[in-house]
Amino acid sequence: MAKVIVVTSGKGGVGKTTTSASVSTGFAKRGHKTVVIDFDVGLRNLDLIMGCERRVVYDFVNVIQGEATLKQALIKDKRLANLEILPASQTRDKEALTLEGVEKVINQLRETHEYIICDSPAGIETGAIMALYFADEAIVVTNPEVSSVRDSDRILGILQSKSKRAIAGQEPVKEHLLITRYSPTRVQEGEMLSIEDIQELLGIPLMGVIPESTSVLQASNAGVPVIHDDMSISGLAYQDFVARLLGEDVPLRFLDPEKKSFLKRLFGT
Amino acid sequence: MGTIQTEPTKINSHSSEKVHTSSVVLKGSVFTLPILKLSSCDLDLVEKDLTLRLSTAQSFFKNAPVVIDLEFTHDLTPEIRFTQLEALLRKHQLVPVGVQNGTQKQNEAAINAGFAILTGQSIDKIIEADRSRRDEAQEAAQKQDAMPKVSTSIVMTEASKMITHPIRSGQRTYAKGGDLVLLGAVNAGAEVMADGNLHIYAPLRGRALAGLDGNTESRIFCQSMEAELVAIAGNYRVFEDNIPPEIFRKSVQIFLDGEQLKIEPIV
Repeated sequence: MAKVIVVTSGKGGVGKTTTSASVSTGFAKRGHKTVVIDFDVGLRNLDLIMGCERRVVYDFVNVIQGEATLKQALIKDKRLANLEILPASQTRDKEALTLEGVEKVINQLRETHEYIICDSPAGIETGAIMALYFADEAIVVTNPEVSSVRDSDRILGILQSKSKRAIAGQEPVKEHLLITRYSPTRVQEGEMLSIEDIQELLGIPLMGVIPESTSVLQASNAGVPVIHDDMSISGLAYQDFVARLLGEDVPLRFLDPEKKSFLKRLFGT
Repeated sequence: MGTIQTEPTKINSHSSEKVHTSSVVLKGSVFTLPILKLSSCDLDLVEKDLTLRLSTAQSFFKNAPVVIDLEFTHDLTPEIRFTQLEALLRKHQLVPVGVQNGTQKQNEAAINAGFAILTGQSIDKIIEADRSRRDEAQEAAQKQDAMPKVSTSIVMTEASKMITHPIRSGQRTYAKGGDLVLLGAVNAGAEVMADGNLHIYAPLRGRALAGLDGNTESRIFCQSMEAELVAIAGNYRVFEDNIPPEIFRKSVQIFLDGEQLKIEPIV
């Protein structure tokens, strides 16, 4: 049974697209046939982070409007055979999406894929609603700061009232909390909210913490999802997160501030 | 009252070890249902009054199951046409499930029209019975007051509302005509309202308004006071970062003392 997972947050710039790219890559690496859909029509980014921007010919909107087939629009990932990307249109706006059209595409993908990852745009308008409407599960991406937590709370309320599962009175959308851009040092200094604070405010199960790292930015610029990078603590944290989504019991790590080396302490840098 | 719960049937394909568990489970459960008290058989009049009542709270009654109380219709003529009544209620997006307090004849007609006969006691009645035990004379006086001198043909009584999940930023919830009981947190940016009291067995971080219809006796109770705004019968107080330390994150009750809003810790 295929699973539709929305990656959402309310607030922009918290790491939804980075997460969508890494989670879909993670599922595919573990042998699951996966597709990731960019719902951010008008501001497409996913193809950049996945490093396939030059191969986009047809997009999600073309498929919905019947100008191309789903097969024509799906782009095969260059590294993993069982990963495909359905890019968004850069030249249209979010009004081009319709619930009927999105449903048709998702139902078609359910036939052929195990995991369908929906990369939601920021905000709580049409695009975000479309992305979460058909979800079975939701990854709520939050940064350790007040406004991001507030927006995540808002999007959780919307998941519980406006998703298809909520409207039809079915079993509610399963919610997973993912904290990104987490900096243990800054939490220790009181500049950021702690994991405990965020969990208490949102009250949903914590499934992963991705530490802040420069490797994320480098990976994005290079068009390689950071989960491929075994040298990066962010990449390893994403690998752990995917394992937990698949039901494995993996402890959280990288939560303590980095210990300064003897030499660094000596020279005070 | 009961629910029918369906569970998937498990049948093993090897006939020699056929295992078959029941596909239905019957369970008992208690529900709080709004009661529609009828005091007229003139369906046109009923529709007119119903439209008026519902116009103030359409969304709260959308697809709500209702029980029809026939207490005030025993001597009315002509007889109630239950099939037409059902159609009328469905038209207004109510789901009639049964009748109560009908005469033998009314009950038979109701069963024929597909209604269930309920023998539930309203909370008012339980309280009334309790009182009657204590003071018969008072009860007699009360009954006279309670008798239908009402001009409108419908009295809608709604019970309190209970919510077990958190109320999140941007969400609002309202208990009309009763108390609101919340078992999950009221998060920042959320709003909870009741005509009666508010009972919050979790942190209150958003806005809480009790006594919305002007009841100055209503109170707010919460387990951890972190509110943005509290109000009772329109008397409100906002908090920025200035919740006094003696009540911040404490269990408190909030009530009106004259015009003054009082917040006191509950020990």
